[in-house]
Amino acid sequence: MAAKERIIAAPPVNPETKPFWDAAAEGKLLLKKCAACGEFHYYPRAICPFCFSDRTEWRAASGRGTIYSYSVMRRATVPYAIAYVALEEGVAMLTNIVDCDFDAIRIGRKVSLVFKPSDGGPPVPMFTLSP
Amino acid sequence: MTIKGKAYIAGVYEHPTRLAADKSLAQLHAEVAKGALEDAGLSKDDVDGYFCAGDAPGLGPLSMIDYLGLKVRHMDTTETGGSSYTIHVAHAAEAIATGKCRVALITLAGRPRAEGMATGTAPRNYGGAAPDVQFEAPYAPVVANLYAMCAMRHMYQYGTTSEQLAWIKVAASHHAQHNTHALLREVVTVEDVVNSPMIADPLHRLDCCVITDGGGALIVVAPEVARSLKRPLVKLIGAGEAPKNQMGGKVDLTYSGAVWSGPRAFAESGITPADIKYASIYDSFTITVLMTLEDLGFCEKGKGGSFVADGNLISGSGKLPFNTDGGGLCNNHPGNRGSMTKVIEAVRQLRGEAHPKVQVPNCDLALAHGTGGSLGTRHGSATLILERE
Repeated sequence: MAAKERIIAAPPVNPETKPFWDAAAEGKLLLKKCAACGEFHYYPRAICPFCFSDRTEWRAASGRGTIYSYSVMRRATVPYAIAYVALEEGVAMLTNIVDCDFDAIRIGRKVSLVFKPSDGGPPVPMFTLSP
Repeated sequence: MTIKGKAYIAGVYEHPTRLAADKSLAQLHAEVAKGALEDAGLSKDDVDGYFCAGDAPGLGPLSMIDYLGLKVRHMDTTETGGSSYTIHVAHAAEAIATGKCRVALITLAGRPRAEGMATGTAPRNYGGAAPDVQFEAPYAPVVANLYAMCAMRHMYQYGTTSEQLAWIKVAASHHAQHNTHALLREVVTVEDVVNSPMIADPLHRLDCCVITDGGGALIVVAPEVARSLKRPLVKLIGAGEAPKNQMGGKVDLTYSGAVWSGPRAFAESGITPADIKYASIYDSFTITVLMTLEDLGFCEKGKGGSFVADGNLISGSGKLPFNTDGGGLCNNHPGNRGSMTKVIEAVRQLRGEAHPKVQVPNCDLALAHGTGGSLGTRHGSATLILERE
């Protein structure tokens, strides 16, 4: 099984996003929430994409969500599932669905957060089907 | 201010090659430029505006203007991926309307096939400084699975089926059989499409466009220039452009930027979708066409599946003839950028120069639409409405 693991590209971390990846290394998924307009956004930015306030703050996500859409990449050397997961906090993130039977993936299924090691970078947040 | 009637497409050229192992990228740009100028009946020295996008080698217009030996007073390098050239037509009209140039040359070329590029199934590197890359690249998004997620959601939300999507490829193949330059000329059936190998659920191999080398060019001119030439008059009467993305996490994959670019173009032209006799719709994948037709208002949202089914897009029998050259699905997708050939076939239809088997009778109003980037993340939509005068 280990030989068939997909190599996960390391995210190119920058000063704006270092807290996100430092938290990932501790098993936490952070989102940005704007103190001015109260909206969560994703992917995280220094300035809120809704109201342009610079009062954006890191908040820990619950790690629970549902699958908004997905596709199993059948033509890859090691097939994998890409998805948008709609998080409880109201934003959707691009991710992978892992550690499950790909044929069991459905839109609307509940998923929970896991982390997978990247190739020389911090661990990356992904999701698996909730029981 | 409007661009309606301020510019005409006087010259078009689609490179006949589909595999350019023996040519350079700059050479392809030059060959299509030469072809379009000859089609218009103009010379290189008439060109005073030049437009190119990210496919142009080197420092874009600076490298190409040098190589081509142009002397221009206006340059535009708007880059929105495969929709760049539909946007260039509109921007050329704006430049002409404001007196910045009179004869604009737009070129596209690429050789992904000669270079062995896995266009749809390998990750593309846009550079780590792109703000989205670190939050996406680890998950291996590629062109095919990003568009596939749009199809998956459309099926879930509206009941669209693989068989309905397949009809789009079937219609394109009916047209491509008459195009001697088309990469794929074999007529296919719905069964052929749904039985072809799965690439990224729910998109099969035959839901995906071809990978080809080549290119194309357009000459956009001021009205007085157009009238001095011997070619049929093809006038730009409306244009719209719009970006769409993940909207800060409020992701909605069920519609494209065409919901904004289409109404802008129709409002400027003063016509409605029901007036369009022929439509060139960017067809990177079958789902791209289906969503675009809904978003442009050719049918109700969510009803695209039944609209495209049963041959409704086939010239001669269907209500909305589309991509009569065979489109990106069968004919050509030079440089992985399909909107150039969309404009070219629309001009052929308006001139009455499409293949006789697919020529739309009395084709006086046509639409060309481009979708660049990815429907699944961020893309640029651009709509042109053209009229034969």
